[in-house]
Amino acid sequence: MTETKDSSSPSRRALIGWGGAGLALGAAAAGGAVAAAKAGNDVDPAAAEAGGAVEFHGAHQAGIATAVQDRLHFAAFDVKTDDRAEFVQLLKDWTAAARRMTAGKAVGEGAYGGLAEAPPDDTGEALGLKPSRLTLTIGFGPSFFEKFGLSDRRPEALVDLPKFAGDNLDQTRTGGDLCIQACADDPQVAVHAIRNLARIGFGKVAIRWSQLGFGKTSSTTPDAQTPRNLMGFKDGTRNIAGTETDRLKKFVWVGDGDGTKWMTGGSYLVARRIRMNIETWDRTSLQEQEDVFGRDKGEGAPVGKAKEHDKPFLKAMKPDAHVRLAHPDSNSGITILRRGYSFTDGTDGLGRLDAGLFFLAYQRDVRKGFIPLQRQLSAKDALNEYIQHVGSAVFAVPPGVRDKDDWWGRTLFSKEA
Amino acid sequence: MRAVRRTVTAAATVAALTAITACTAKSDAKDGDAIQVTAADSKCETSTKSVPAGHVTLKIENKGSKATEVEIVFPDDRIVSEKENIGPGTKYTLTAEVKAGSYEIACRPGMKGHGVRQKLTVTGSGKVAQRDPRLDKAVADYREYAQEQADATLPLVETFVKAVKDGDMEAAKKAYAPSRLGWERTEPIAESFGDIDPKTDTRADGLVAGQKWTGWHRLEKALWEDKKVGDEEKTLADQLVTDLKDWQKRVGKAEITPTSMANGAKELLDEVATGKVTGEEDRYSHTDLSDFKGNVEGAQKAYELLKPVASKNDSALTTELDKQFAGLNTLLDKYRSDKNSYDFISYDKVTKGQRKELSDAVNALAEPLSKLAAAVVK
Repeated sequence: MTETKDSSSPSRRALIGWGGAGLALGAAAAGGAVAAAKAGNDVDPAAAEAGGAVEFHGAHQAGIATAVQDRLHFAAFDVKTDDRAEFVQLLKDWTAAARRMTAGKAVGEGAYGGLAEAPPDDTGEALGLKPSRLTLTIGFGPSFFEKFGLSDRRPEALVDLPKFAGDNLDQTRTGGDLCIQACADDPQVAVHAIRNLARIGFGKVAIRWSQLGFGKTSSTTPDAQTPRNLMGFKDGTRNIAGTETDRLKKFVWVGDGDGTKWMTGGSYLVARRIRMNIETWDRTSLQEQEDVFGRDKGEGAPVGKAKEHDKPFLKAMKPDAHVRLAHPDSNSGITILRRGYSFTDGTDGLGRLDAGLFFLAYQRDVRKGFIPLQRQLSAKDALNEYIQHVGSAVFAVPPGVRDKDDWWGRTLFSKEA
Repeated sequence: MRAVRRTVTAAATVAALTAITACTAKSDAKDGDAIQVTAADSKCETSTKSVPAGHVTLKIENKGSKATEVEIVFPDDRIVSEKENIGPGTKYTLTAEVKAGSYEIACRPGMKGHGVRQKLTVTGSGKVAQRDPRLDKAVADYREYAQEQADATLPLVETFVKAVKDGDMEAAKKAYAPSRLGWERTEPIAESFGDIDPKTDTRADGLVAGQKWTGWHRLEKALWEDKKVGDEEKTLADQLVTDLKDWQKRVGKAEITPTSMANGAKELLDEVATGKVTGEEDRYSHTDLSDFKGNVEGAQKAYELLKPVASKNDSALTTELDKQFAGLNTLLDKYRSDKNSYDFISYDKVTKGQRKELSDAVNALAEPLSKLAAAVVK
């Protein structure tokens, strides 16, 4: 984790995705004062440096307002059982395993020392590794609500995403009844988590697709160095900080009166696999690259400004510049929280990198977040010449697991919730 | 002197640890009888030279500088149980069911050569006799099943081979998959002999340098890919019958234990997962689903025989296994029009999405099946 110490910032702070618009790629600035308040999922930077653990329990699931970790393993699952009780038991078993793994412990009875005739409960590759700030976050997709008699529990805000201009979605990388996002500073810790949860789920669920990510592509703290995406540009210059409780409440967490009671404290996640035409981008002149984004490549300053964090003057940018189109000021204030990752899945068989951005955005309502933003971007963004959306999914992310007796999705499956 | 004292201490320590940590394992008492094996580059020390028959546990520690292999071997060097590649400074616990008799424990530093050996006398027949009579019956019934499969396979192989030798390509193609069913159902037993499987069932990618390719898949390639059968193929066809007669003769003598039956069932599903679901097994004929079905039937047979004991020890597991066997069988039925026929759809006609569905069902069954051995020995 790269984090510079700022004496004016609170000693403990949770860090978070973003506050600007800037869909997938560009860095967008957002107005508004940064409220330095303590959030639910904050983390001691010293503990993070030491590979410490992020608290699994809380009002919100960890992995959303948590400081963005360095690595990702994201998995979408399809449900294979039609037995509601069996699925609820899986959610409880998963929660127990997630509780242990996020604390840096092995699953079940561990990876060795058990009965010699039986395979060990834990697969073992995370033995000796630190918790590495592992977070595990679960979500339920639209198709999930066609099962277990849950159709009347589907949140109105969980709409199927419309087809956007330029979408070229691979069905084997699209959709899913549910998802688990594993983020950690050590890739082996994240992969271990998904592997063990998938194993616990065999027979009840099956992995539909999964994605590895490296190199977070959104800003974490306002005082941290802004990460760059694979196009070489700083990305997410003005993300919402984990400390910005007001904006989290306004744009990220589902509120009490939002219509779906069981989702209170939850959020909606959009995942998009965005392939970059890396080679053609690399042959593009610096001027055009900077015009496409609306920022300069070195500093990340908006057009006509000197510093990355200077307030952008949108009209100075080209009308189809990414930052201009994605900025809240161009979208009636729309703000979503991103915690996306770069990916490279080898090559594509034609000698080109199969690489891009695995975009992850959390929001209070997809209809007031990703959908209008992406409508705008898919129609006009100059960046579209260099990217293609090839995978897509949307999930309702329930509120956090409150304590040791609570479990993932309880509010959905319990009538009283 | 010193060595003896150290071993005794180690044994006491292990026993103490066992008492504290293994409160859920029912094998506490057995662990007290564990043989401590201290392996090094030029020695192999064992804490005892004699143990009662039954469940024998070796607590192995490699104190040498090279990776080692530790085996319990019969006087004729046949391996009862082994663990390869125990790294320097590491420990491993090896368990095996051993009957009364004379054996040796062999440590093979560098994993080669005759190694350093210690005598091991396994006394009495008490513990073996004490084994759950239902498990003895399971083993006996499974042995009978394996023999029946071998006996029924030979005529089918002879039909296949005759068609090959007659140069009747169509008849040979038709007889190919049926000739493999009995073998596929009991493959772990055939593989336990070590020398038969490489001659009869090796695929092109499984050949090692200098190995002559023989067996079913060599003929499969001739029939479907090369589309011609010459003198060499005819000779190989005869060879297949000879090799399988050898198998038929030896099946009855195979070492079978309840644990090896349970693990064999799991291995059959491994075969499905790595060879059949991917379409690698019968890549020329695409008759993979017939082999697939054979593997599942063989696994199910072993499971059904062990179920009386397993269901008593872990009824949740057997409930799950019943459900998953049924689920996989129902799915397989979608690929044949007649449930009594092994005439399945050609695997190249099975789409990627359908293969994933099959793979998911295999995972759903194989995961609980991997817990069967533990449920049997509990």
